[in-house]
Amino acid sequence: MTIELGHFALVLALLMAIFQMVVPAYGARIRDPRLMAVAEPAALCQFGLLLVSFLALTIAYVTSDFSVANVANNSHSTKPLLYRISGVWGNHEGSMVLWVLILALFGAAVAAFGRNLPATLKANVLAVQASIAVAFILFIVLTSNPFLRVDPPPADGNGLNPILQDPALAFHPPFLYAGYVGFSIAYSFAVAALIDGRIDAAWARWVRPWTLAAWMCLTIGIAMGSWWAYYELGWGGWWFWDPVENASFMPWLAGTALLHSALVMEKRDALKVWTVLLAILTFSLSLMGTFLVRSGILTSVHAFAVDPKRGVFVLAIMTLFTGGALALFALRARDLRQGGIFAPISREGSLVLNNILLTTACATVFVGTLYPLLLESLTGDKISVGPPYFDWTFGPLMVPLLLALPFGPFLAWKRGDAYAAAQRLAFAAFAAVVVMALGWAFIHRGPVLAPFGLALGVFVMLGSVSDLAWRARFGSVPLGEAWRRLRGLPRSAIGTTLAHFGVGMMVVGVVATSAYREEKILVMKPGEQVSIHGYDITFRGVAPSTGPNYREETGVFDVARGSVPVTRLEPGRRIYDMPPEPTTEAGINAGWRGDLYVVLGDAQAQGGYAVRVYFNPLVRFIWLGAVVMFIAGGVSLSDRRLRVGAPGRAKRIAAAPAE
Amino acid sequence: MKLAAPALVILGLLVACGSAQAVEPDEILPDAAMEQRARSISSGLRCLVCQNQSIDDSNAPLARDLRVLVRERLKAGDSDAQVMQFVEDRYGEFVLLRPPLSWRTILLWAAPPFALLLAVWMSARAWRRRQTRAAGSGAKPENLTPEEEARLQQILSNDEGGSTASRS
Repeated sequence: MTIELGHFALVLALLMAIFQMVVPAYGARIRDPRLMAVAEPAALCQFGLLLVSFLALTIAYVTSDFSVANVANNSHSTKPLLYRISGVWGNHEGSMVLWVLILALFGAAVAAFGRNLPATLKANVLAVQASIAVAFILFIVLTSNPFLRVDPPPADGNGLNPILQDPALAFHPPFLYAGYVGFSIAYSFAVAALIDGRIDAAWARWVRPWTLAAWMCLTIGIAMGSWWAYYELGWGGWWFWDPVENASFMPWLAGTALLHSALVMEKRDALKVWTVLLAILTFSLSLMGTFLVRSGILTSVHAFAVDPKRGVFVLAIMTLFTGGALALFALRARDLRQGGIFAPISREGSLVLNNILLTTACATVFVGTLYPLLLESLTGDKISVGPPYFDWTFGPLMVPLLLALPFGPFLAWKRGDAYAAAQRLAFAAFAAVVVMALGWAFIHRGPVLAPFGLALGVFVMLGSVSDLAWRARFGSVPLGEAWRRLRGLPRSAIGTTLAHFGVGMMVVGVVATSAYREEKILVMKPGEQVSIHGYDITFRGVAPSTGPNYREETGVFDVARGSVPVTRLEPGRRIYDMPPEPTTEAGINAGWRGDLYVVLGDAQAQGGYAVRVYFNPLVRFIWLGAVVMFIAGGVSLSDRRLRVGAPGRAKRIAAAPAE
Repeated sequence: MKLAAPALVILGLLVACGSAQAVEPDEILPDAAMEQRARSISSGLRCLVCQNQSIDDSNAPLARDLRVLVRERLKAGDSDAQVMQFVEDRYGEFVLLRPPLSWRTILLWAAPPFALLLAVWMSARAWRRRQTRAAGSGAKPENLTPEEEARLQQILSNDEGGSTASRS
C-alpha cells in the first residue's frame, strides 16, 4: 500500500512541477504578482510530495518488501539496517528518486529563504528549477520506475553489491548528488537572469551562497569516494582518472571557477557574462555526468542502466537544457553590460587567472574523458586515455595555479602591488625553499621533482595563513591585539584562508604519497616478520570469522616499533552470502606521518599467504585537506554578509571603525 | 557520476578482474632496479579485460601474463622503450594508457594547450575592450586623486574589513 502511495506522490509531484514551471514563468512575463507568488507554495509542495515518494521507497527497503521489483533486485533480508537504507540509492531507479528529491529540496530552500529576492527573478528561478524536475521525474516515470510490483514476489532479494556495503559509501552518493544538483540553482539563476535580461552585483550575492553550499557537498562527496576506494580497494589507490570519477571532477573544477568569478561580479560588477556562462556550464557538466553514467556509454559495468532507451532520454534532457541555455545566452549576452575595469595585476586579475587555469583544466579532463568515446564512435579505433595522459596535461596546469594562489588575497581590487604581495609572502616562500632543499638533500628516492611539489604545497599552506596573519598584524602589534583583530575579521576571509590551506594540504598529501610510497610484497608464514619504514610487522596467522551477511578470513599482524608494540592489524578477505562476491578489507594503522597499510592476499601452494605491506606517507592530508575545505565553506557561509536578509548586522560592521 | 564514482570503478574491477591485488610475490624480480623498471612500465600498460586499469593494479589472469611478459623481456635485456614496443606490437595501441602522438590523437594532445591559449586570448581581448571603452567614456580609474583614494579605501575597508584595509 505504501508503495502505491509513493508512486502516486511521484506522479502528483510531476504535475506540481509542471504547474510550477508554467504559471510563475507566465506570471513573470505579464508581471502578475499573484501568478508569480504560486511558485513558492508549489516548490514546497513538490518537495513534500517527493519526500513522501522517497520515504515510501525507503520503507519498502527497510521492511524488505520483495513484492517491489526494485527492492527484490537490489536488497536482501539479512543486510544490516544501514545498508538496507543506503540500498535505496544504491541502484539506478532509487538513485534517480534521490536526485529529484535533492533537486526539489534546493528549490524549496530558495522558496523558503529567498524572501527578499525580486519577485520576477524568484518566479523565473523556481520555474526553471521546476522544468529540470519535470524532465527528470518524467525520466523516472517513463524509463526507471522503482515503484513497480513483481508477482509472485521472490522469497528473498538479490542483495546489494558487497563493495557498496560500507559506511563511507552509504553517505557518498547523497553528498555527491547534493553537489551536482545544487549547481542547478546557479543554472536556474543564470537562465532566469537571461530571461529577465537584467543582471547585477546583487545577483552574484544571491547565487554565491548556493554555489558554495553545492561546492561543499561535492567536495566532501568526492573525498568520501576517494577515501573509500583507498581502504576498500586493497592497494591504497585513491584516484584513478576513471571516466566516472572525471564526471564528478569536471563540475567540481567548473564550480570552483564559478565561486571565484562570482566573487568578482559581486564585488566589482565585472565578469558578468563569463559568470553567467560558467553557471550554465557547471550544471551542464553535471548533466553530462548523468548522461555518461546513466546511458551505458562507458563500457559495460560502469553503467547500471544498459537500456538504450534511458541513454537517449538523458541525452535529450542534457541537450535540451545545455543547448537551450546556451542559445538563450547567445541571444541575450550582449544585453549584459560589462562592469568595472581593472589592471592585470589586481585581485580581479588574479581571479581571472584562476578562472583561465581552472577552466582549461576542466577542458583537459573533458577532452581526456570523451576523446576515446568519440574516436571509437567515429572511426572505430580504440585508444586508452589513462592516468599518464592526465599527469602530463592536468599536472602542469596546476603548477602556475598553485604558485599564483597565495598572491591573490594579497592583491587589492582594481590595481594591486605584486611587489608588496611578494614581500608579505616572503616567509612562506622561504619555508617552501627550505622544504625543497631538505627534500633534495635528504630524500634520495622518488621523482626528482617531488620536493618541488611538496614545497608548492607548503607555500600554499603558509601563504594562505600569511594572509590572515598580515591582516591581523601578527608581529607588528601585541599578540592579544592581533588575536582580537583576527577574531574581528569577516568569516568569509577566514573561509578563504582555510579553503586555500586545505588545497595546500591536499597537494602535500598527493605529492608525498605518490612519490614516497613504500611497499613490500612477499609470502609470509605465521611467525615471520617484515620491516617497513621503521615498523616491524609480525604475522601471527589467519583466523576465520563470520559477520551478519558474510564470512571472513582475518589475518592477524602485530606491529611494533623496535621493542614497543604499536598496534594489531587485522586485514581480511570477505565472501558475502548474497551476492557471493569477495571483498578485501585492508588493515590500516593511521598516523600523521603516514598510514601503515596491510593487505592479506591468497594462500600460497607451498604454505603461507601473499602479504602486501605499504607505507603511505602523509596520505591523510589528501582527505583532511578536503575536510578543511568543507569546513572553510561552512565558515564562509556563516558570514553575515552572505546571509541574505541580515541588514542589521551588516550596518553594524559598516559602523565599526575602519582601522 | 550518479552512483559512487569509485564504487563503479571497483565494481568493474570485481566483475572483470576479481579483487584488486596486483603483483604477486612470485613475479617479483630479484634485481630491485629491474623490478622498479618493470613496475613503471606496468603502470603504463592497460589491462585489456579490465575497466581503465593498468596491469600493475589488476589481478586479472591476463594482466598477470602481461606482467610476467614485461619481466621476461627486461631479463632478456630489452630497454624500457623496446618492451613497450613489443607489447604494443602484440596488443595494439589500445594497451598504452598514454596514447602516443599520432594523427588520431593529435586533437587529444593539442586540446589542453589550445584551450589555454584560447582562454588567455579571450581574457586579453575582453580586458582590452574594457580598457578602450573606459577610456572612451573618459573614466580614468587608475589615477584617483588622494582624496578619492582615501574615500575608496574607506568604502572598501567597510565592505571587506580586510585585505585592502590592511594595506593602509
